[in-house]
Amino acid sequence: MTGGYGTGADILHDCTVAVNKGEIAVIVGPNGAGKSTAMKAIFGMLTMRSGQVSIDGEDITNLSPQDRVAKGMAFVPQNQNIFTSLSVEENLEMGAFLREDDISETMHQVFDLFPILKERRKQAAGELSGGQRQQVAVGRALMTQPKVLMLDEPTAGVSPIVMDELFDRIIDVAKTGISILMVEQNARQALEIADKGYVLVQGENRFTDTGSNLLSDPEVRKSFLGG
Amino acid sequence: MDILHALIVLANFIIVPAIAYGSQLALGALGITLVVGVLRFSNFAHGETMAFGTMIVILMTWLFTAIGLSIYPLPTALLALPFGIIGCIAIVLLTDKFVYKFYRKAKSTPVVLVMASLGVTFIMNGLIRFIIGPGDQRFADGARFIIKARDFKTMTGFKEGLAIKVTQSITLVTAIIVVAALFWFLNKTRTGKSMRAYSDNEDLALLSGINPERVVMITWIIVAILATVAGTLYGLDKTFKPFTYFQLLLPMFAAAVVGGLGNPVGAIVGGFIIAFSEISFTYAYKKVFTYLLPADWAPTSLVQLLSTDYKFAVSFSILVLVLLFRPTGLFKGQST
Ligand SMILES: Nc1ncnc2c1ncn2[C@@H]1O[C@H](COP(=O)(O)OP(=O)(O)OP(=O)(O)O)[C@@H](O)[C@H]1O
Ligand SMILES: [Mg+2]
Repeated sequence: MTGGYGTGADILHDCTVAVNKGEIAVIVGPNGAGKSTAMKAIFGMLTMRSGQVSIDGEDITNLSPQDRVAKGMAFVPQNQNIFTSLSVEENLEMGAFLREDDISETMHQVFDLFPILKERRKQAAGELSGGQRQQVAVGRALMTQPKVLMLDEPTAGVSPIVMDELFDRIIDVAKTGISILMVEQNARQALEIADKGYVLVQGENRFTDTGSNLLSDPEVRKSFLGG
Repeated sequence: MDILHALIVLANFIIVPAIAYGSQLALGALGITLVVGVLRFSNFAHGETMAFGTMIVILMTWLFTAIGLSIYPLPTALLALPFGIIGCIAIVLLTDKFVYKFYRKAKSTPVVLVMASLGVTFIMNGLIRFIIGPGDQRFADGARFIIKARDFKTMTGFKEGLAIKVTQSITLVTAIIVVAALFWFLNKTRTGKSMRAYSDNEDLALLSGINPERVVMITWIIVAILATVAGTLYGLDKTFKPFTYFQLLLPMFAAAVVGGLGNPVGAIVGGFIIAFSEISFTYAYKKVFTYLLPADWAPTSLVQLLSTDYKFAVSFSILVLVLLFRPTGLFKGQST
């Protein structure tokens, strides 16, 4: 993928990311590397100069974000990823907006995954703590029953304990056969659970390997994991 | 001292009229606040939208009267209301298609849309004057009073009368029904929730597969319904005059801002705050004080804070005060 915002300069330069079914792929890199931009590009939220996006072998480069939702993609953006004035339950319902079938089963699964959400389901999502909000955000995305779940820094601003919790839940989700494409600031922990890792620098792929290989690569350790 | 008579005077000249006027403002402010919440601009053409819907109601009322259709003692306008609503929906959707949609696609800033709505105001204004003329139209037929002042006096034996007009009670009942339906729609239906979601977080609504064009269309339809109902109720209660409807923009915006732009509950509360302020600041309290004070203290002046000519100054002052000290309004709203 090559592209940027509107008519501005290119931010991504021939950047490639991919994830296999049921696996976890993690994108790491310094601030401003274009990680969030790459996620938005995959979701069709910015103009691409060249490159393509496909899911299940089907080319979806020209689809709108809504149509990509219908194709099985779900995205939890880095910021403003919940409807603050809607209740937790309504947030989940909106996640399932495109679905015509019965959503109560999926909602149960989300509540099983994040029991606190069930407790708080009548409360406005904006009144929850940071960690709980991230759970709402992930829950909302899961409601579409996606094939690929894209998470942009799901653990931003949550305590280490909650972070471990969230990573465990993300592994649980991957085990159900959903592919996870995740941007993470906590590179070390994220790469530990990653099947595949991408180190992005200035909109380009710098390193691509399995999570454990990246973790043991001395150069990656030195420049991106702080030794 | 005669508290009871003072209260009856207050009820007759302030409370009853302000409840009716407040309901009309609330319905108008709801339309404004929905446009702010979903389309993210202040719609200056809202007064004209109300006038347009009401105009069609009046034309249909004339037609029905001509062919002898009537629902006495209720005003014929109620029968014509659905046609007014349909006409208003049509004009509002056409305006969106040919004006606002362009700016939406271009992702214009709110101020550009506000200016576009000002242009729409002038065009609709011309259209309305062309069709029905600039003059005053009285179209409230049917019975005039539920309780006449004189009947109230003979019934209760009080010296003061309390009159309740049919149009006032129709206003209140209709407003309650419309508001209840609106809140049911916004809070209980999937489409209504998607409207709130879109208003809350546009980008995330997109990510959830909510179609923005559909949300926009439904919003305009609801706005047209609210505007036509508000305009018709106001016209029944007072009279219909295109310029008056343009002037209503000020108290309606004040109501929406007082309550918090984008917040439906706020718009309703704001409507009543503005209505009660406008009427109580411009009412002459001489009679009330005459009842309350000992005979030799009775006021000789009118005891009126502001002449009724200044009623718009009341809305304007409240608007400015709120914008200065609490720009997001009483209930949390946007501060644009
Ligand atoms: N909406 C936008 N419009 C224009 N440029 C943007 C926009 N968002 C981000 N950028 C630019 O794109 C570049 C990459 O930003 P991006 O948000 O993708 O970084 P990131 O890798 O996600 O960083 P972080 O770790 O801080 O989240 C930055 O130079 C930024 O200034
Ligand atoms: Mg980012």
